[in-house]
Amino acid sequence: MAKLGSALFNRLVIIIPYAWLLFFFLIPFFIVIRISLSETAVAMPPYLPVFDLASGIGGIIDNIKQFSIDNYIWLTEDALYAKAYISSLWIALVSTFLTLLIAYPVAYGMAQAPNTIRPTLLMLVILPFWTSFLIRVYAWIAILKPEGLLNQLLLTLGVIDQPLIILNTNWAIYIGIVYSYLPFMVLPIYSSLEKMDHSLTEAAQDLGCTPIRAFWRVTFPLSMPGVVAGCMLVFIPAVGEFVIPDLLGGSETLMIGKTLWNEFNANRDWPVSAAVATILLLILVVPIMFFQHAQSKADSEGR
Amino acid sequence: MQRWSRFNIASIVIGFAFLYLPIVLLVIFSFNESKLVTVWAGFSTKWYVQLLHNQALLDAAWVTVRVGLISATVATVLGTMAALAMTRYTRFRGRMLFSGMIYAPLVMPEVITGLSMLLLFVAIGFDRGFWTLTLAHITFTMCFVAVVVQSRLLSFDRSIEEAAMDLGATPVATFLQVTLPVIAPAVFSGWVLAFTLSLDDLVISSFTSGPGATTLPMRIYSQVRLGVTPEINAVCTILIGIVAMGVLIASVVSRRREIQRVKDEQAAFAH
Amino acid sequence: MKSLGSIRRSFAPWADPKSVPFIAVKNVTKKFGDFTAVDDLSLNIYPREFFALLGASGCGKSTLLRMLAGFEQPTSGEIILDGQSLAGIPPYKRPVNMMFQSYALFPHMTVENNIAFGLKQDGMPKADIAARVDQMLKLVKLDKFAKRKPHQLSGGQRQRVALARSLAKRPKVLLLDEPLGALDKKLREETQFELMDLQQELGLTFVVVTHDQEEAMTMADRIAVMAHGKVVQVATPPEIYEAPNSRFVADFIGDVNIFDGTVSSAGNGTVEIATQSGFTVRVASAELPAVGANAGFAVRPEKIRVGRDRPACAPLNAVQGEIWDIGYLGDMTVFHVKLKDGKVIKASSLNAVRAVEDPIGYDQEVWISFDENAGVVLKD
Repeated sequence: MAKLGSALFNRLVIIIPYAWLLFFFLIPFFIVIRISLSETAVAMPPYLPVFDLASGIGGIIDNIKQFSIDNYIWLTEDALYAKAYISSLWIALVSTFLTLLIAYPVAYGMAQAPNTIRPTLLMLVILPFWTSFLIRVYAWIAILKPEGLLNQLLLTLGVIDQPLIILNTNWAIYIGIVYSYLPFMVLPIYSSLEKMDHSLTEAAQDLGCTPIRAFWRVTFPLSMPGVVAGCMLVFIPAVGEFVIPDLLGGSETLMIGKTLWNEFNANRDWPVSAAVATILLLILVVPIMFFQHAQSKADSEGR
Repeated sequence: MQRWSRFNIASIVIGFAFLYLPIVLLVIFSFNESKLVTVWAGFSTKWYVQLLHNQALLDAAWVTVRVGLISATVATVLGTMAALAMTRYTRFRGRMLFSGMIYAPLVMPEVITGLSMLLLFVAIGFDRGFWTLTLAHITFTMCFVAVVVQSRLLSFDRSIEEAAMDLGATPVATFLQVTLPVIAPAVFSGWVLAFTLSLDDLVISSFTSGPGATTLPMRIYSQVRLGVTPEINAVCTILIGIVAMGVLIASVVSRRREIQRVKDEQAAFAH
Repeated sequence: MKSLGSIRRSFAPWADPKSVPFIAVKNVTKKFGDFTAVDDLSLNIYPREFFALLGASGCGKSTLLRMLAGFEQPTSGEIILDGQSLAGIPPYKRPVNMMFQSYALFPHMTVENNIAFGLKQDGMPKADIAARVDQMLKLVKLDKFAKRKPHQLSGGQRQRVALARSLAKRPKVLLLDEPLGALDKKLREETQFELMDLQQELGLTFVVVTHDQEEAMTMADRIAVMAHGKVVQVATPPEIYEAPNSRFVADFIGDVNIFDGTVSSAGNGTVEIATQSGFTVRVASAELPAVGANAGFAVRPEKIRVGRDRPACAPLNAVQGEIWDIGYLGDMTVFHVKLKDGKVIKASSLNAVRAVEDPIGYDQEVWISFDENAGVVLKD
């Protein structure tokens, strides 16, 4: 009896979350792919053919016969989409690099900090994460505006005599992404630096490395898992970012997340937005799998 | 050897200034008399008073809190199960897919998750509204819970579970009486994380909610698009204040507990 | 103490007033905030010596080692190596290398690259590096493992990689921080002798930090016993064991029985102490304490005889007791003998023959006794 209960318990622990994720996370992707192969229609839902299980197998086969790749052809014909994909990747790449540049010294400083204040520093990094993403992005509008706080400060200090135009440029997006995703970069780097045996850098110095060389030869390579995880955590969501380009980037900015949003909400073209999402997913599948692989590896090492 | 060098301190100070300055400025300007957010015209709490009369905003806040409470609770149950499945059963059919489905939502662009869930609800003919919103929130937040709880389970000493079973506890009793109390702090922080993520979400909510289920971020977003106003600063300040209070209480409680633990240990050694 | 001069090798530069120390630690103090880790410590270590710093954790031995390596700077005092002050010289410019307690092998590099690491820092030509790495791998018998990563090695193999890495640069001094601490007992014993042979072969000066007295006794030419940041005694292992200069050292090294009492007579190279256990001990001693002073008498278990018959020397150096516990260890048997005043004495006797007729058993009345030169007087 106890054995039966235990087997059931074990099964349920796997089956319930598994089934949930299959239904609410994985199956929807197939629906996205399927709808990307449909045609736009003025109806609700606004696409054809409508999915109808009642028509049985024959109906489904009929459905498949009606699939078209017109939406994908449309995407290749309009240069806007290709530009949006490329510019999204580029913006995400630059922002990830900038985030790394800022996050690494912070994480390093935290890992070197006395044990007594480390928990406090850690909490201070995580804290902004608890406050709304939207609020944090919004806060930058008032700072970056032409008549905003940054320009006021720089004009008063006499550093510039013309207000800098930052808002509604790519620079505003970089700042927004770096700012919003900084904790995602700091935390994995910090955790890989923090668990590193300090005697490794001492050993490097003992064997003749200056502190700077010891950093590049030993500390940095050993923190690579953290750096990779951090970069993935920033890069992947940044490619499809919507809020930041929408609020800080202005109307000129081309980012695929924004394109998708507009296609869906403004143009109500569901099949095209599904096609946009499918391609975005295909672009990101490699980094996502890489990220998942790195995570599982880190987990099995921590075991 | 000085490990905590000046360079280290400087990079931390600059990094933290960057993280906190925008929020501080936002809070300060919520008390601005003037309607212009960037020009200081004296102290005033009038924007807060105005908030009380903004019924749409209050309704949105209420929706957000309800969605957050329900979705965080269900997500915590599901996420904890998923974490157990991931750490305890290293071999089962489709484990790779399972771990993929746990990690992918962490990085998946929200526009994709939101769109795909919306299309699911449409395909199964589920009317969009409060419940679709809640289901969507459960799905993406449970993965965060799973990751938080999983990291605790990895450092869990399994011999205490074996001890419980050796003493006659069934697996279910072992889980409830031994495992769960030990991992409770991680489960709790998973819940808090799920709750804040749910409160915060804009993109997935916009896709999956329907008429009558407008959340606070959606309301704020539609106002922000019209421009920066001190009233929004005031809303944001209140939200930040709530979070800050929560974190403060949590840290005071854990600090107290830590002090108590140290005292208990000293008392134990004194004997 | 000439009778105790049974030094393992005819190597005793410290006894020669003309020899120049290789490492001179001069009045070194190291403070961490309010805590004094090393307290006005002076030491001389001679070329080719195998020197052990022995003490419990927190006695300052590791701090001293880290000051030699350059990871800590003395608060005051100075350290001289081969005639040159080490003050202000960073670790990467010191001609000493350290073998870390955790081994500190670089996990992202192969065995080969770990060993070559220090040589590359010196900009040695590639061919020379390869030759030296080969030589080191052969020395520690790891030539087959050159391409492995540290996590693919056993504990003993990692230890040898760490050793090879720290020796590759041919340092003037090799510092070893608990070199055998992570190995199991059997491997530790084997490795002790390997380390000694290696040191002899290379003719290097070794300074080893350990909390394991057996390890220090086996390997070292001289041992410095440390406590609370100070050196309590520096001497060869036989001297430390047979002639501890204090209660602390007597108690710290090996097993010992200490009888407290007062000096009843002193002269002519012998001291008599009336013990609190109701008998008088007569000891051969070069140093003569004042009559009437409090003193202790320390005697090792293996120097105490246990027998049923009243020994000839009684009542001097002999007292009656009852067998309280018997521990049979194979090579020897340990007796715990309870004296009339309740004090329990440890005595061990070698099992030289396979079986004894009518062995001493529990609860039996026995006499314990020892010779005049079996123990030492400890002044309070």
